[in-house]
Amino acid sequence: MKVALFIPCYVDQFYPQVAIATLELLENLGIDVSYPTSQTCCGQPMANSGFEHLAGGCNSLFVKNFSGFDYIVAPSGSCVLHIREHLHDDDEPELAKQIAERTYELTSFLTDVLKLDTLKSRFPHKVGMHQSCHGQRGLKLSQMTELNAPDFSKPGQLLNLVKDIELVELDRKDECCGFGGTFCVAEEAVSVKMGKDRVNDHAKHNVEYITGVDMSCLMHMEGILNRQQSPIKIIHIAEILNGVKA
Amino acid sequence: MKILDHAERADIFNEDEKRVDWHDETLWWIRQKRDKSAHQIPEWENLRNAASAIKSNTLSNLHDYLLEFEKNALQNGVIIHWAADAKEHNEIVYRLLKEKGINKMVKSKSMLTEECHLNEYLEHNGIEVIDSDLGERIVQLAKEPPSHIVLPCIHKKKEEIGELFHEHLGTPKGNADPQLLTEAARVHLRDTFLTRKAALTGVNFAVAETGEIVICTNEGNADMGAHLADIHIACMGIEKIIPKREHLSIFLRLLARSATGQPITTYSSHFAKPRDGKELHIILVDNGRTRQLGREEFRNSLKCIRCGACMNTCPVYRRSGGHSYHNAIAGPIGAILAPNLDMKQYADLPFASTLCGSCSNVCPVKIDIHDQLYKWRQVLVKEGYTSTAKQVAMKTMATTLSSPSLYKLAGKAARTTLKYAPFMVNNKFNAWYLQRDMPKVPQSSFGEWYKINRKNNEQ
Repeated sequence: MKVALFIPCYVDQFYPQVAIATLELLENLGIDVSYPTSQTCCGQPMANSGFEHLAGGCNSLFVKNFSGFDYIVAPSGSCVLHIREHLHDDDEPELAKQIAERTYELTSFLTDVLKLDTLKSRFPHKVGMHQSCHGQRGLKLSQMTELNAPDFSKPGQLLNLVKDIELVELDRKDECCGFGGTFCVAEEAVSVKMGKDRVNDHAKHNVEYITGVDMSCLMHMEGILNRQQSPIKIIHIAEILNGVKA
Repeated sequence: MKILDHAERADIFNEDEKRVDWHDETLWWIRQKRDKSAHQIPEWENLRNAASAIKSNTLSNLHDYLLEFEKNALQNGVIIHWAADAKEHNEIVYRLLKEKGINKMVKSKSMLTEECHLNEYLEHNGIEVIDSDLGERIVQLAKEPPSHIVLPCIHKKKEEIGELFHEHLGTPKGNADPQLLTEAARVHLRDTFLTRKAALTGVNFAVAETGEIVICTNEGNADMGAHLADIHIACMGIEKIIPKREHLSIFLRLLARSATGQPITTYSSHFAKPRDGKELHIILVDNGRTRQLGREEFRNSLKCIRCGACMNTCPVYRRSGGHSYHNAIAGPIGAILAPNLDMKQYADLPFASTLCGSCSNVCPVKIDIHDQLYKWRQVLVKEGYTSTAKQVAMKTMATTLSSPSLYKLAGKAARTTLKYAPFMVNNKFNAWYLQRDMPKVPQSSFGEWYKINRKNNEQ
């Protein structure tokens, strides 16, 4: 099985430890994984702002970088959702479709493709799980509270394999944090208020860490936590699963 | 005068954080009531599927159903009017009143008349309109538009309503007892009901098969108005049609549960024909609906049954308030309906969302609301309703991200700036930094790390 690592641009630039954890986690599971070094961005920042027509360059670059792999795996629900829903290439329409279908968010790759049921990691901390909307509602990584349907959670299932971790139940299990891409600056007041409310829900339940599948939501909440000088830390789920030295 | 956009209005709303908390929690409580009620129905998701499918069929055959409805209604003795737009709708109402020499009218809740700005039009022409829905009456006294389609005065605290009633209805100053205030409104409205010769109502469902209309209220105010008046004018958007009466068994189960968590509205009244000697008029209004029907990507928005569930669940609506949408219909559904009416005026609304998708999940007719928000963004940008600054920024971003070398250079520059000249970024011109810290700068990017640590893997 040949796997390509797809690292969101802002993770590459600001959270390399998340990419390293993802890489190591997959390597330690015996996967043949490599990182196409000419990758940049999935094009979502333009598309969600209404400029999908400017994402053509990103699309063809993505197709070029990620063809020839069995799977493409990324530590992000949001970027994967964008690829799944919007990747297209007028020159290589079939190839683009194939690549989009083979692109997986990390936790669903571990549960659905690798069918992982044991993990060596240990994380003796109280942790709150943030359900990032694009992963949850878009990729259906976890059941959504709006629906009358059986409960499940792919990231939750994996966290439960980690030794000594204590997961808390939040008051609002799956409310959006307010990041929303350019929304976070275009609608600054509401974005920050949403973030503060999310962070407070975790704080109320005395978590030491907030984790999730998307670094963008976590980056937004981290910005708020640090401004508040809160002791709560954020950590990407890949770092916990890989066994972080915390 | 510049019309404030959603973000600017939301800024103002957020100046009082305690009030935002109160607004958010009030609406979240209603969302929770909706969940509890919906989750008690094992076939809930099937009901949503069925309702959505019935509406698909209706929209695909709207022409036929409308004519069938008209034919049956006419046979029942109803007088039918067709209005192409808001102006025509308002003129029809005014003409009907003028012909009868009526200058005072009682009106139950109708979002269509809000959309058409009927009250302002009639008042301008010397007709007094009294809204009989309690929430509508409250915002009418406050000279404000409704902030929510089901809960028009949800943005008002009971103390503020006490003040309003003291001023207009003479209740004791400083008294905000809901029981007392409701009683005062009841007495005041009772007099209105008894003395008005014309009653205007909205329509929740119009049944093609029978030519009847169904009006759902909790206060019985639509019935009270319509039963006591000589002339009942019912106004409906053409998308309110459902093919058969039996379909009500699906829609009525979904409507109130989605709206407030009630199993059904207190009153679900069927009006089929006028009483002896009285008149029943139904005005069928297009006002942009056929245009929306022609926009394939946005057609499903016409399935809306106006339950307001998408507003109650929307984390942005709860923290920006209904008035921030500067449109008769607020929230996510308002944001996909409004640009159809006027792209320029409502170009900001599809961007007032994080695209979290909760709205689509609660929608009882399964409108793909968040996908339509995304699609409206593309349309609005293509049609040129976006600032030059944003266009330039996006083009620069696209160029940078399309080139691996430019991307690496820009990334390094950004990290270097943050590390050595944080004041360039950490200032009031950076909306991120106002209330959030910037991420800490790592020693290297992942790409740089990989080059050193996984030499053998290099492709």
